[in-house]
Amino acid sequence: MASKRPDRREFLKGGAALTGGLTLGAVAPVLGQAPASPPMIKGNKDQIAYGDRSRFVTSVRIAHGGRPSPDDFGLVFHVASPLQDSVGVITPSSLHFVGTTRGSYIPEIDPREHRLLIHGMVDRPLTFTMEDLKRLPSVTRLHFMECAGNRSSRRAKTVQETHGMTSCAEWTGVLLSVLLKECGLKGGASWFVAEGSEEVKGASSMPIAKAMDDCFVAYGMNGEALRPQQGFPLRLMAPGFEGIFHTKYLRRIKVVDRYYMNYNDFGHLDQEPKVAALAYQIGPKSVITFPSGGHQLPGRGFYEISGLAWSGGGAIKKVEVSTDGGKRWNIAEIKGTAHRMAHTRFGYQWNWDGQETEIQSRCTDEIGQVQPSRAQIAKYWNKTLDQTFSVPGLDNSIQPWKVAKDGSVLNGNA
Amino acid sequence: MGTLRVLPFVLLMGVSTLAQSPTYGVGRTPTAEEIRAWDISIGPTGEELPPGRGTTKEGAQVYRAKCAGCHGATGIGGTAPILKSKAGPEVELWARGRILPLRAPFATTVWDYINRAMPLNREGTLTADEVYALTAFLLNMNGVIPEDEVLDAQSLPKVKMPIGDRFASLPEWKPRTPRLKGYPY
Repeated sequence: MASKRPDRREFLKGGAALTGGLTLGAVAPVLGQAPASPPMIKGNKDQIAYGDRSRFVTSVRIAHGGRPSPDDFGLVFHVASPLQDSVGVITPSSLHFVGTTRGSYIPEIDPREHRLLIHGMVDRPLTFTMEDLKRLPSVTRLHFMECAGNRSSRRAKTVQETHGMTSCAEWTGVLLSVLLKECGLKGGASWFVAEGSEEVKGASSMPIAKAMDDCFVAYGMNGEALRPQQGFPLRLMAPGFEGIFHTKYLRRIKVVDRYYMNYNDFGHLDQEPKVAALAYQIGPKSVITFPSGGHQLPGRGFYEISGLAWSGGGAIKKVEVSTDGGKRWNIAEIKGTAHRMAHTRFGYQWNWDGQETEIQSRCTDEIGQVQPSRAQIAKYWNKTLDQTFSVPGLDNSIQPWKVAKDGSVLNGNA
Repeated sequence: MGTLRVLPFVLLMGVSTLAQSPTYGVGRTPTAEEIRAWDISIGPTGEELPPGRGTTKEGAQVYRAKCAGCHGATGIGGTAPILKSKAGPEVELWARGRILPLRAPFATTVWDYINRAMPLNREGTLTADEVYALTAFLLNMNGVIPEDEVLDAQSLPKVKMPIGDRFASLPEWKPRTPRLKGYPY
């Protein structure tokens, strides 16, 4: 048996060489003859150990907002996910967006050395090793994450540039409520501060109600350990809150009785109570990812319009698509299950008549919040809608894509 | 026999008095020293501030040596965020730029950030005295405290920041409710 294996391998190699010759020679198969095989990829140890994608798949992340990342010093800033190529709702870990509060090196943490300290207004402060955390009951949940700066601009051409600072993954970890109950919350505990281990030791204040509702400390992402860019070995998940609250390299949680006004909190400081109130929970938002800016439609005919919808308020209840610049709205199909605070894939069947038009999507979440147009937002805030108008809080406005007669797709906000 | 008879009673007592006891018994109790060493959060009351002191004059020297390279000799014009408002006090505070040692509601936030995050890539190298001195220097530079004020664990939390209470506090957050009451979006 064993002696036959090398023979088979030799045979495959020979076959690959032969096929290559046939392809180059462009010999058409004779009727009834089996079609030529494609060229073969020779297996190697790396492909066995940790698989690669096809060399024909070239979708990659890009530095976001014009600032190089990494910069000359190796600092990572913001990196945007290629939503224009996305299918389904899971962002592969390699393509998940990356945000840092300030250009930051990525800490290289030995998980055996890592500790999470929970202290402050608790009966029993505790430190947990990664091993400790993996012994505790776990949750596995799909959640999106989005950077507060994920904002469509006139200059942006693709959906990666307008919306690429959001992604969705399957996260695994331990509910913060489990850990806090283990420590015993003291009366009067109303806020908590989460702190990371990167150079700035980014710290944010969050309501204790959020901690007890659905926050968890995650060690797993898409079926494996967190990636270093996503906070290996441990990060906080604060589902539906702005990205900055999902503290990476989580080392400490301090339970307190007031807003601690950390530097990250200072970044949210505002004069206007209504604007300040928008600083946590992300509103309902959706975007068409196909066809989107930079795509080229080959001609009139059938296309399934495809996109993503999400909300910090809960699950997506409804998605609508307009193919006439927002005059008429049609119900889109939600693909699979709409999870709470997770990207939800939608589709809409469209026959393009070859005329210039504008396509848009909008969503409604389970608590009835509806994604607005820029005009609706400007009206609410009593502002003039012009190119200088900036959406207060995280920009969740409807994204229009212009489809030109030649099939090219352009940013409708440009 | 006697033990068995009282057991149900003990269990009942246990439920009511030990409702806050740990369920899993996983994790280790840190020592008070460990917590002190890890706890770099300085809240508005300043209760976590370490001993030490510093003045504007001392801060100017530390600033020249460790900060001016990125933030500029006068807090303006460097590659790092500016630390001094270009506009004077005649301009409304909210129009004077997002400058930490000017707009922060509490001086403790300035101390906390310098201590945890500065200087870039050499975090954790400043002594407590240096952080007090730099905080004094930056607050003085923005006209918040006089040059002769000494900052320490007692005086720092008492510094009156120019913003006063003219900033929005956050509404109570509740799950499954809109992010802003009355905002349909």
